[in-house]
Amino acid sequence: MSEKVLMKGNEAIAEAAISCGCRHYFGYPITPQTEIAAYMAKRMPKIGGTFLQAESEIAAINMVIGAASAGVRVMTSSSSPGVSLKSEGISYMAGCDLPALIVNVQRGGPGLGGIQPSQSDYFQATRGGGHGDYHLLVLAPASVQEMAAMTVRAFDLADKYRMPCMLLADGTMGQMMEPVELGESTGGTVDKPWALTGTGMSRKHNIINSLSLTPDELERWNVDRYARYAKVERDEVLYEEYLCDDAEIVVVGFGIAARVAKNAVNAARAEGIKAGMFRPITLWPFPKKAMFERAKTARAFISVELSMGQMIEDIELAVRCTRPVTLCSRVGGMIPSPAEVKKSIEDAHAKLDGRN
Amino acid sequence: MSSLPDYPDGLYRKIAGRRVTLFCGHYGSGKSTVAMSFAAMLRASLPAGTPVAVADLDIVNPYFRTKDCEEDLGRLGIELIASEYASSNVDLPAMPESAYRITEDRSLHTVIDVGGDDRGALAMGRYASALLAEGDFDMLAVINRFRPLTAAPADAAEVMREIELACGLPFSGIVNCSNLGSATTPEVIEESFGYAEEVSRLCGLPVRFTAVMRGLCGSFEEKTPVLPLDFTISHGGIENR
Repeated sequence: MSEKVLMKGNEAIAEAAISCGCRHYFGYPITPQTEIAAYMAKRMPKIGGTFLQAESEIAAINMVIGAASAGVRVMTSSSSPGVSLKSEGISYMAGCDLPALIVNVQRGGPGLGGIQPSQSDYFQATRGGGHGDYHLLVLAPASVQEMAAMTVRAFDLADKYRMPCMLLADGTMGQMMEPVELGESTGGTVDKPWALTGTGMSRKHNIINSLSLTPDELERWNVDRYARYAKVERDEVLYEEYLCDDAEIVVVGFGIAARVAKNAVNAARAEGIKAGMFRPITLWPFPKKAMFERAKTARAFISVELSMGQMIEDIELAVRCTRPVTLCSRVGGMIPSPAEVKKSIEDAHAKLDGRN
Repeated sequence: MSSLPDYPDGLYRKIAGRRVTLFCGHYGSGKSTVAMSFAAMLRASLPAGTPVAVADLDIVNPYFRTKDCEEDLGRLGIELIASEYASSNVDLPAMPESAYRITEDRSLHTVIDVGGDDRGALAMGRYASALLAEGDFDMLAVINRFRPLTAAPADAAEVMREIELACGLPFSGIVNCSNLGSATTPEVIEESFGYAEEVSRLCGLPVRFTAVMRGLCGSFEEKTPVLPLDFTISHGGIENR
């Protein structure tokens, strides 16, 4: 399928996963990501794949562990409360070095929260969520087209680094419809000699496990894993800069917040304020080097988030407190308007006088 | 939108006439936009004082729905029948009690926006016997050639059969709402006529009209009547395009 079609973000994730060889989906319905499961339920039986609605999110993530252990491309998807339930299994996957895609189409929290869009699982996604020393590779798309592209990328990176990847979207991104062009099928043909595929009596058996009997061995596993994470941090950072070269005020946002931020930047530019937008596409690894460089020319940063202020901590760490960082946010399912972001830009601009 | 737009002469006579019009189909095909635009056409065509309502009976879609255009509809003098939980923060697939007005108040001209696919249509079954007894309704299938799961005419026809089984009401025609959102061009619409004719042939029902964004209406009237679409559904300030 390479012609243009009209899709919901959730559907684009599902179709892109299929296009790159994912034939195993395990999940449990929750608004606002249910279309992923519904799409898989329709498509998988027609292409010889497996769609299974598990009895719970916990069961679904454990089925993902099993399929990933067998070396196949596998995914699950949920929304915020469901991802909390999956967190134990995600930690086990990190400990077992298993590649898979986990999609979180975020809704408001904490607790049952609400079904409207949110970005308040940023900490959960980038700081682990589950227990132990580990990272997920976290991608944050900002259009339906990117939902598709990032899904394929997430599978590729998961296989390349043997780690679970997360696509972090929000309800608006999942529900909105946009024209999208899906790439040709790629098939995902990564060699996985570690997978549990049966020895055929011709090799030593593989073991996939997160339990170590000795502390020095467990320490070595952790250290080796972090050496791999260092490569990811070096090679896989993605971000977009928009009108940043001469910008005094840089608005930072990911996903749906970046779309609002871009409109606000254009509106501020129209009034003569030199504003730009910096959009992290990988949330872990966070584009901290690029942002530190940007802080050499920009004079103030604004974090636009659908949370009480989570990514702002990464921005402050990235610019090493060389510049002021303020927060523009709405929560509970509300989305900051371009006017609200523009007001934050104007406020930050007004405070610039007297500073260099 | 703050005032009623203009419509081609005789459009009401060509595409309307029943007291209740239901729009069903695969989700994302354009049902909500078509339903609201159809209601605006009714409002502009029926005598002043004739009550016109849009019923958002979607129990599937959490947001980007008719309810998001409540203010626009109100300004045009079109009543909205919707669950108080529609577009709220809870996931309650409830039918509004005011939906009984659709069958009980026979002075009310109602356009029903049914939820997507057979799952969305299931809830319509509650009202099927009353609609059949009165016999003054039209159930139209909204199809979009650019939705991947209904891009093949046979798949679109299959979805129609599933919907009829779920709600217990028969389709009487097809609405071609083929579009690519903001990437829709006259060529895109031109390309969809063959598709709509094939769906029509497979299910034995006529293409009643083509639904086209107002700015692109152009010269398609030679093929089928054209309903101009006037609504953009925006949720939390984010437009669905």
